[in-house]
Amino acid sequence: MQKRLSAIEIIGVSKQFGDFTALHQVDFRILQNEFFTLLGPSGCGKTTLLRMIAGFESPSRGTILLNGKDISDSPAHKRRVNTVFQNYALFPHMTLSQNIAFGLENLGWERGKIRARVGEMLEMVHMSQFAARKPDQLSGGQRQRIALARALAPGPEVLLLDEPLSALDLKLRQSMRDELRRLQRETGITFVFVTHDQEEALDMSDRIAVMGNGHVQQIGAPDEIYEAPQNRFVADFIGETNFLDGEVVSVEGGHATIRTALGIDITAAQSGVQGPGPAVLSIRPEKIGLDARAEGETRSGRIVSRNYMGGFTHYTVEAGGVSLRVSQRNAQSRQGRLDVGDEVRLGFAAENARVLGQ
Amino acid sequence: MSKGFRIWGLVPAWALMLLTLILPIFIVAGVSVGERGAYGGFEWSFDLTAYRQILFTLGWTDELEFDPKYLIIIARTLGYAAGATAISLLLALPVAYWISLQSARDKALLIYLVTLPFWVSMIVRVYAWLIILGNDGMAETVYRFFGGSDVPGFLFTPGAMLVGMVYSYIPLMILPVYAAVEKLDPALIEASHDLYGSRWTALRRVIIPLASPGLVGGSILVFVPCLGTVLEPMLLGGGRQLMMGTLIQNQFGGARDWPFGAAIAMVLLVLVVLVLILNARRATRQLEVQA
Repeated sequence: MQKRLSAIEIIGVSKQFGDFTALHQVDFRILQNEFFTLLGPSGCGKTTLLRMIAGFESPSRGTILLNGKDISDSPAHKRRVNTVFQNYALFPHMTLSQNIAFGLENLGWERGKIRARVGEMLEMVHMSQFAARKPDQLSGGQRQRIALARALAPGPEVLLLDEPLSALDLKLRQSMRDELRRLQRETGITFVFVTHDQEEALDMSDRIAVMGNGHVQQIGAPDEIYEAPQNRFVADFIGETNFLDGEVVSVEGGHATIRTALGIDITAAQSGVQGPGPAVLSIRPEKIGLDARAEGETRSGRIVSRNYMGGFTHYTVEAGGVSLRVSQRNAQSRQGRLDVGDEVRLGFAAENARVLGQ
Repeated sequence: MSKGFRIWGLVPAWALMLLTLILPIFIVAGVSVGERGAYGGFEWSFDLTAYRQILFTLGWTDELEFDPKYLIIIARTLGYAAGATAISLLLALPVAYWISLQSARDKALLIYLVTLPFWVSMIVRVYAWLIILGNDGMAETVYRFFGGSDVPGFLFTPGAMLVGMVYSYIPLMILPVYAAVEKLDPALIEASHDLYGSRWTALRRVIIPLASPGLVGGSILVFVPCLGTVLEPMLLGGGRQLMMGTLIQNQFGGARDWPFGAAIAMVLLVLVVLVLILNARRATRQLEVQA
C-alpha cells in the first residue's frame, strides 16, 4: 500500500468508567478515504471508541488526532465529524429537508446554498419526493437513507456509523451494504463503521479492526483477518474454526511445528508462540477435505453428524478422539454422498492451518 | 361489555361531575344574577347589576360612569399569574432536565422531593415565607451579609407575592416538564451537537420543541390556580394590591355582596375556560400537522 495520510490517529487511548476499563491503551490509524470497520462483540469497546471520535465521550488517557489536529478536548459540535446513529436519531418534529439542513444552518451556510445542498443530498439517497415528510412517515430503510444524507450533507472529514444496519430486516440490510459502499466511493469520505456482524465487516470494509475485551486484537484487510488470524480470539470470533489443543515441538521464524491429538506433527504459520509448550492449531471447517478432497497427510475418521445446507454440507467427523467440524461444497450433485456412520479419510494442507499461542 | 353497562357504568362518574362541578357552577351563576339580601346573603332573581358593577359605577344622579378599577384588578391578576408562570417555566426546565439525567433511583427520589411540599398545608408554607422575608428574617440577614446596608423591606412587595406564587405552584410545572424531557431520546441531543449545534441550539431547536406539550401543560397548571390565588397576595403582598381571588373572598365575606363576588368568579371562570380552549385548539392543530 502506498503512503497514505491518516484521517484519524488513536494514540494510547484508554477509557475508564468507574472501576471498569472499557479500552486499554489503544493505538491505531485510520487512513483517508478508507472504509474502516470496528468489529467486535458487545462490550468490546468499539462503540466507546466511536463515541470518543465523535466527541460524546472523552478519553481518560491518550490523544485522538483528526487529520493531524488534536481533537481530544474539543467539544462534539466543533469537530468536522458526523455520525449516523444506531436508531438514526432523526429529529421527529422536523421534515426531512429540515433534518438535512440542520447541520448546514449551524455551520452558517447561506440559505440558497443550503437549499441546493439539501436537494443534492435527497437526490443522492433517492428520496427527493419525500422532502416534506416527517421521519415517522418513513420506513426503516428510508430513515436510514435520510440519516446518511443528514450526516454527509456538511461534508465531514470523517463519517462515523454506529451499527446503522442492525435495525433493518435481512433483505434491506444486504442492499444497504451495497449502498453504503457506493456512497463511500462516490463521496471519498473516510467511513468508520461499527458492527458486531462479521459478515457485514468482511463484505464492506477496506480494513477491519477486530476488538475484544477493550483491546484491538488485530487490524487488517478482511482476507488477512479471516485467513491469518493472529490470536485465538480473532480466529474464534471471525467465521468458524476448529481448535486442536497441542504441544509445540519446535519454532522456526514464522512457523511452528505442533503435535496434536490427531497424532500428526503439523508445521504451519504461527503467531504468538514463544517456544515449545502448549498451543492450539486452528483449522477452518472448509479447509478440511474428505476422501478424494483430502490433502496433506490424511487420517481416518467417522462421520457422526451431517447437515445438508444447500450449497454446503456440514459434517462432524471424529478422528483420533477429537471431533472436527468439516464443511464441504456440494459441487456435483449426488457425487460421493456421505452418511452418518461412514468411515472417511480426512486431511488438510498445512498452509491453511495456523498455530496460535495460548 | 354490554351496551347497558357502557351507559350505566358511567353513572357514578357523571353523578360525581354533576354534584361537584356542574351544579356548583350553576349555583354560582345563579347567585351572580341574584340580588343582595338586606341583611347579607342574597335573594334569587334575575338582575345583571353585579355584572354592570364590574365596569360601571352609579354617579350621584344614578347615571352610569365607566370605572376601570375592577378591570385593573383583572389585568393585574392576569399579569401576576403570567409572571409567576414564566418564572416557574424558566426555573422548572433546567431542574426537570437535570433530574431526567440522573440514575433511575435518584430520579424517583428527586421527584418525590419535588412533591414533598404538598404534604404540608398551603397556609403553613406561605407563612414560612412571611417569616423568611419579614423583619430580621433570613432574606434580610443574607442581604446584610453581602454588604447591603439599607434593607429595602422584602415583605409586602410585588416581588414577595411572586416568590410566594412561584414557590406554591412550581411543582405543578416541574412534574409535566419532567415527564416530557424524560422521554427525550438522548441520541437526539447528541445528534444536534454532532451537527454543529451548541448547547443553546440543542435547547432551542430540539429540547424545547419536543418538550413543548409538557411546557404548555405545566404552564396551564400554574397559570390557572395563580389566577384565583388568595393567600400570597393577602399574606405576602400585605393585601396592598387587590387581586381577583382576594376580591371574591371579600365580597362573600366582609362586603356581604354575594352577587358581585359570584359575578367576578364567573369572569375568572370564563378566563380559565378561554385559556383551556386556546390550548385545546393549539393541540388539535398540532395533531393535524402530524397527521
